[in-house]
Amino acid sequence: MWQNLARLLRYRGLIQSLVSRELKARYRGSVLGFFWSFVNPLLLIGIYSFVFATIMKTDEKETKPFAVFMFCGILPWTWFSASLLEGSASLIAGGNLIKKVLFPAEVLPIVAVFSNMIHFLLGLPILAGFMIYNSHMPVGANLAWFPVIVLVQLVFTLGCVLVLSALTVHFRDLRDLLANLLTLWFFATPIIYPYFREGVKEYSAIFKPNPFFHLVVSYQESLFFQGPLGHWPSLLLLGGLSILFFLAAYWLFDRLRDSFAEVV
Amino acid sequence: MKTAPAIELVDVTKIYRRYGGKQYATLKSALLQRSILREMNPKDTFQALKNVSFNVPAGSTFAVVGRNGSGKSTALKLVAGITKPTSGTVSVTGRISALIELGAGFHPEISGRENVFINGIMLGLSKREVAERFDEIVEFAELKDFIDAPVKTYSSGMYMRLGFAVAIHVDPDVLLVDEVLAVGDEGFTHKCLDKFSEFKRRGKTILLVTHSLGLVERFCDEAIWLDHGEKLAEGDPKRVIGAYLMDVESAEEGYLAQEDAKAKEEVAEDKGSVPEVQGQTPSEPQNMFQANEGRWGSGGVTITGVTLRDQTGEAGHVFHSGEPMSIELAVKADKPCDDFVFGIAMFNTDGTCVYGTNTDIEGYAAESLISEATVNFGIEALDLVEGTYKLDVAVHRKDGAPYDYHRLLYTFRVKSRTKDAGIYRPRHHWSFSESARLKRTTEN
Repeated sequence: MWQNLARLLRYRGLIQSLVSRELKARYRGSVLGFFWSFVNPLLLIGIYSFVFATIMKTDEKETKPFAVFMFCGILPWTWFSASLLEGSASLIAGGNLIKKVLFPAEVLPIVAVFSNMIHFLLGLPILAGFMIYNSHMPVGANLAWFPVIVLVQLVFTLGCVLVLSALTVHFRDLRDLLANLLTLWFFATPIIYPYFREGVKEYSAIFKPNPFFHLVVSYQESLFFQGPLGHWPSLLLLGGLSILFFLAAYWLFDRLRDSFAEVV
Repeated sequence: MKTAPAIELVDVTKIYRRYGGKQYATLKSALLQRSILREMNPKDTFQALKNVSFNVPAGSTFAVVGRNGSGKSTALKLVAGITKPTSGTVSVTGRISALIELGAGFHPEISGRENVFINGIMLGLSKREVAERFDEIVEFAELKDFIDAPVKTYSSGMYMRLGFAVAIHVDPDVLLVDEVLAVGDEGFTHKCLDKFSEFKRRGKTILLVTHSLGLVERFCDEAIWLDHGEKLAEGDPKRVIGAYLMDVESAEEGYLAQEDAKAKEEVAEDKGSVPEVQGQTPSEPQNMFQANEGRWGSGGVTITGVTLRDQTGEAGHVFHSGEPMSIELAVKADKPCDDFVFGIAMFNTDGTCVYGTNTDIEGYAAESLISEATVNFGIEALDLVEGTYKLDVAVHRKDGAPYDYHRLLYTFRVKSRTKDAGIYRPRHHWSFSESARLKRTTEN
């Protein structure tokens, strides 16, 4: 397993070029091209803020401006859920490669995570634009935590995707299951509502074991709220656990590796 | 010359699970059964390779031949490391490049140029190495003008050529080739062969899986023959191919015998409904596939058996061009009869009558036929080109009214080492005057 992990490092060139291919290919032939990376989250935010801020009038003082608040959670969530959906199907989609070319299969799900991470990063300037427009700037000290949060999410997502992609090869139902599960997960995580709101607070027992809860809250504290980033112990704990989870996931992937070429 | 093996398979067995039956009913049951993979019930498994061992010495060109489903490609995948053997060991020394499927991993939306880079990196080159070889690759693929177009606009030939060009420029120590020489036009095929020759000269090892036996004979130092996962022969390519061809022939023999039996059975089944005498001999059909096989006639005299024999007198269905063959009819008359003609006709698959004759045409006047008799039609030399032929046999009255007419019920195959065209091969020889010099390359 360690050997394979080391080998994976040698293949970073391949991951790099596959990620760039993925990005190039995705918008090839569309008029707006790369622009979609910006437009997609914008549209999503537009819809959500219309529904929640205008129709349901749920914006309280702490979460003003609501669009910026939501953006802080939706952006990382989109990265996470798209990675999972694409990554879990990546081995099956790349079946031809796995069967005919000798290269480490984990490259495929990993590429899915990284290419979506690029989209995530491309969304950040829009978030910044929103902040400037609403003159709601993050606190500098909190902002310093941002790369840490991204890193934790990266490790955690990689772990999830490795497990899911390996299992999806054998149990294809997972793909459909996952899509539904992600919807549930999205609403169960305080992304479009603040976790401290009255009536939401009681559910903290549900939030605590949810890894993405800690990520989202960290993002929100880092980018949105003015107070200090009080969530950092949980974040670091999640980071540590994510590393262990990633290793366990890689171990599982490694064990199932030989079966891919036959089953895909 | 004994050199260290570049590829070594020792006692390799590969068992595939058979899917399609019920797999694990649910994810839960799979997880509960602790091991997701290792449980293999012999009923749901398929042995693709059975205790196969072979060595490919470094620098040699080695061929694997065998019928479809014999385990050739599995062997190649094991050598490539794409799958792992169930038991036994596979070891390979040096960098491998596998031409198993060309252009696997090309992304249709992006340009040929980018695909070359990604494919090259995937096959184990670094970005720099690909850049160094890029021009050479493009030139080899003959795609200079199209290299910046997206791959989805390529024709399948262009696609294959590009895939081949990348794979071959990986500059491997061991090259695995799976039946990919059929890409591109004649010119490109020659280029590929030249490239292989160059590999050979430079002392690289080539493992070739192919159905093109001529290529094996011309090209390879050694060959093995796999059949149903077992190694049946190994060694000199000519000998291995000879053994393989003999086996193919006997399999065809079995198949034709089965077909014959089936045709006869079918006819026997609707015998009752077949109308009696049709009055005149049926006119020649234009096409054998339109002509119905069948059997008709008034009875009285019947053909009870048709046997094809080779020169040694052995019954069979596969014959070699130019060798003797005989057609033997067993006939039976219900009561003594003095008006009868035996006839025979051969058709090729286009429905063209290759030859037809009967005892009346050839001046035999019928005198008497009492109960059972054998009629033998001896052919001194079966001078037909390779192909499948069908037989009509009949016994009828002198005026043409059939007693028993068997239409296209018997099939035989003519095999030939020469791939000449047409139907009939006249006995011939070539001779040349002094100034035209030719050298014989095949013995026949």
